[in-house]
Amino acid sequence: MRVFKLVKRLAVVDVDLCVGCQCCMMACNRRFGEAGVAKSAIHIRSAGGIERGFIVLVCRACLDPPCMKVCPTDALSKRLGGGVILNQNKCVGCKLCVNACTIGAIFWDDVNEKPVICVHCGYCVDFCPYNVIKMEEID
Amino acid sequence: MKILPSNVLYIDLSRRRVWIEDRRELFEEWIGGAGVAIKLLEEECPKNADPFGPENPIIFAVGPFTGFYPIASKTIAMFKSPLTGNLGESHCGGRSALAIRMAGYGAIVVKGTSETPVYLAIHGEKTYFREGSAIWNMANSYTVGRILRDKEPGAGARTIMRIGRAGEKLIPYACVVTETYRHFGRLGLGAVFGSKKLKAIVVSGKKSLPVVDSKAYREVYKEIFTLLVDSPSMKKYHELGTSMNVNPLNELKALPTRNLKEANFEEAEKISGETFAKDFLGRRLACAHCPVSCIHLATLRTPYDSEPYFYKSKMISYDYETIYALGSMIGIGDPKELLKLLDEVEALGLDAISTGIALAWATEAQEKGLISTKETNGLYLKWGDAETYLKAIRCLVNQINDFYKALGKGVDYASAIYGGKEFALAFGKNEMPGYHTGLGAHLGFLIGSRHSHLDCAGYSIDQKIIASGKNLTIEDLTQELISEEAWRQILSSLVICFFARGIYKPELIIKAFKPLGVEFTEGSLKAIGNKILKAKYEFKVREGFQLSKLRIPERILQTSAPAGEFSKETIINGLRLAEEKLASL
Repeated sequence: MRVFKLVKRLAVVDVDLCVGCQCCMMACNRRFGEAGVAKSAIHIRSAGGIERGFIVLVCRACLDPPCMKVCPTDALSKRLGGGVILNQNKCVGCKLCVNACTIGAIFWDDVNEKPVICVHCGYCVDFCPYNVIKMEEID
Repeated sequence: MKILPSNVLYIDLSRRRVWIEDRRELFEEWIGGAGVAIKLLEEECPKNADPFGPENPIIFAVGPFTGFYPIASKTIAMFKSPLTGNLGESHCGGRSALAIRMAGYGAIVVKGTSETPVYLAIHGEKTYFREGSAIWNMANSYTVGRILRDKEPGAGARTIMRIGRAGEKLIPYACVVTETYRHFGRLGLGAVFGSKKLKAIVVSGKKSLPVVDSKAYREVYKEIFTLLVDSPSMKKYHELGTSMNVNPLNELKALPTRNLKEANFEEAEKISGETFAKDFLGRRLACAHCPVSCIHLATLRTPYDSEPYFYKSKMISYDYETIYALGSMIGIGDPKELLKLLDEVEALGLDAISTGIALAWATEAQEKGLISTKETNGLYLKWGDAETYLKAIRCLVNQINDFYKALGKGVDYASAIYGGKEFALAFGKNEMPGYHTGLGAHLGFLIGSRHSHLDCAGYSIDQKIIASGKNLTIEDLTQELISEEAWRQILSSLVICFFARGIYKPELIIKAFKPLGVEFTEGSLKAIGNKILKAKYEFKVREGFQLSKLRIPERILQTSAPAGEFSKETIINGLRLAEEKLASL
């Protein structure tokens, strides 16, 4: 049985294909049955004016995640295939993980005072019309 | 529970006060966008208001689908227009609509006048009056955008609306630029900003908005998204963009050329969507929450004359209307020269359409000897001479003499002083859009509440007539134009981009409202559409507008149009019918 083949991560294929429509952000938020962007774990912003293109900010599934190392309450645990899983009950909302993420891919839920981190479910991929992002298998 | 926007943010620049009112009743009755904006304009704008006085409000409104469904991405601005003296209504995409909704608002009302230059920063529930002196008198709207991008938070979830020099100089067709390449282009919102000493407005926010039925919401969303991505009707916007219209309209002999002395441009191919895509297209962009990406940016590489091996590469936005106005209309067939003109009007914050038509009128007026180099400050305006046109644009924006001051007020005004009314191509004082298809287009420009081709799409009726060979009676044509405009009030109240008008049909709109807990029928939607159009028309009439008094430029009768000849009498008849129909809506 080769279970490991099923482990996937969200990968940015080619950021230069991004047109900045932000449909991925809206999709991520819809996972919670709501419209808007506050709960989105993926963010798109311009690389300094939209004429320069865009930056896709999303967890890249580090194998040795710095965010996890700084969590004082062990609320973050390693996800199979990279990245982390958040245990909301253990999290005290200290924001250390936000600062520890080198690529700025941990966002903040202002209402619940908890981090918002991509779980690599791939829901956003279906709403990217230009194949900027995809689900990638991890060996 | 009905999920509708309800908060209206009021900002008084004179007293530097900010407050929020729950105006749920407005959104329940008038939906949002154009419907809510016209009601707020009625409330806030006193009769006979000076467009440049503190009493002229600026209203921005978004709709109930903004943030919920794709392509509900327009912000509707309303104000009293300094160009026409009546209804000012302009629509803009970019990130504006999503940012306003995500900041927690359905509408924003800006009143009063600041004594010193100011810009507004609206971040969620907080609004700040920021010192604007350092960015006032800054000619280039690109630079203003760059500075505010660094200065203000909210990257990726914000809009930066700003004016260029044209707005500061109160040129009645100055635009407001957002996200560098989108505009509240027409009818002079930029000048109203300028009159308030308001250089820019930054809006940001990130909200999550509940729905009544999550499962149904996700399903309808997916259906709409798929239609937008896969439909053949979206293809043209998606691939070549609006500039794909250049070649077909030219072949049809409907592309206004050299101030509409002709309707066919021998160099059209060189400034067509196909040529721009092949030789210049550098990047495609989308408005926030729209998968279509119709925004096309050309890359223009130009050497510096002063220094060898120094180049600048600029990204310049192009669209059908701007190619027409600053291309065929003034005889520019060199795509590089055209891009330079587009870049200049973008930097200065001028409406590209009005600017192009103003230059076209001035060129013909000089050709006919109505004006001389005395008026033009020594310039010989010549079809196709971009370098001279660039100089003229600078004279215009800097308002260097009486002639350029008059030209800056539009061709209706300038021709009343210098003559040449018969070829002054403005309708209801607003300069002409790029369609010389036939009577439908021109009657539409006259009776449409914004005097825009987008009001009632008369060009589309003309094209059907051309294809079928079946003419419409003036009665039927007028009715069709008004019915179309009435329906479009629903789209612009939902703030759905008109490019998706073929997707968002009544049944889909009704379906999309359900997960938000809102019930409509096709009949109730259409009734609201009629009501909004009537309210807009009544505002115009209140400010002195009369359909029967509209000036009809003879030129449109002289240059043959593909849908067939038409007479002045037929137009006058159409205006009379429209007056009756609009009054009885």
